Amino acid sequence: MRISVLSGKGGTGKTFISVNLAYAANDGLYIDCDVEEPNGRIFLKPELQLVEKVKVMLPTVDMDKCSGCKTCVHFCKYNALAYVKNKLLIFPELCHACGGCVMLCSNGALAETRRAIGIVEYGQSGKIKTRTGVLNTGEATGIPVIKHLLTDIPNEGLVVIDCPPGSSCAVMESIKDSDYCILVAEPTLFGVHNLSMVYKLVKLFDKPHGVIINKAIEGETVVEDYCRENEIPILMTIPYELEIGLLNSQGMLVGQKDKYFSIFNKVLQKIKKEV
Amino acid sequence: MKIAIPSEGTTLESIVNQSFGRTHYFIVVDSDTLQFKVIDNQAASAQGGAGIKAAQAVVDSGAEIVITFHCGQNAADVLKAAGIKIMKAVTGSVFEVVQKYKNGELMELMEIHPGYHNHGGV
Repeated sequence: MRISVLSGKGGTGKTFISVNLAYAANDGLYIDCDVEEPNGRIFLKPELQLVEKVKVMLPTVDMDKCSGCKTCVHFCKYNALAYVKNKLLIFPELCHACGGCVMLCSNGALAETRRAIGIVEYGQSGKIKTRTGVLNTGEATGIPVIKHLLTDIPNEGLVVIDCPPGSSCAVMESIKDSDYCILVAEPTLFGVHNLSMVYKLVKLFDKPHGVIINKAIEGETVVEDYCRENEIPILMTIPYELEIGLLNSQGMLVGQKDKYFSIFNKVLQKIKKEV
Repeated sequence: MKIAIPSEGTTLESIVNQSFGRTHYFIVVDSDTLQFKVIDNQAASAQGGAGIKAAQAVVDSGAEIVITFHCGQNAADVLKAAGIKIMKAVTGSVFEVVQKYKNGELMELMEIHPGYHNHGGV
């Protein structure tokens, strides 16, 4: 069973929920797809077993064959190419590795090389296997790293996918093969707005889903109201508590405390029934 | 001498635009005859790499000098590869800035910023 954990904004508690669900299951695979800020490893402290480089295509030019037609420059929607004084300039950090420039060059002046944009770390944390994607700073897109993270996933057992924040392409890539999506939300108007964005996304992808309200404060019912109006199941409410905040800020798994372990375990059982 | 200046409008009286890559227009003006042409900056709405695309348009216009308030690293790389000199703009109209350049009142642009989107896209 693959569960994706997503939210409309950063800092809502995706990683908090993800690592504790993985801990409650005490088995399976945790995948950190938040490749710009992979924080799951702070909590799970995996023993590193293998590191793989993630490489993407980058064009290289043979100026002897280049006619200066600028077809490639005009084609590149990311503006990664410029042609100046009989020389083609290539800006690797703007290149999205689509390969279109190489395909369109009628003179065969462009060829494909490979360059690394990040890594995937494979590790083990107790019985939990971990994968962490790390995108190099300044890169245009983390999607190739996410694709690499999500290849060869075992069909058996629990897989928790800790998504990037928001509802962009990187999130779509992370949830597309999931069996269930957990939407994490904060009980504020801003939180409701962000929840509505990811809610639309999982509806679009037709994924079974439920909401976890994190940092819940008594009397603040805006998220509950939104969920009731849209008939979205609420899986769990986690109170805004000093103890949770302290444990979390020290990189501890709150699930190690019995009272929290049981809530995360209940959520897993609820989801298992639905999928 | 052909000078390219980012501009908010399409005449010599237009105000110099604060941005290079995302300016609305470039005025490419001959400093001797004051004849000019207007480039509609296609890069203004680009998702990323606006500086590169705008600089390519400026290079293609045949300009030898750019007068601008700001310029990012990528745009500067393109302009420098073309041998274009980058001067620091002062507040005013395109016409006034050209006059100031002719009077030797402008300095070369020294601070090239690393780009507003250090990822360059998305």
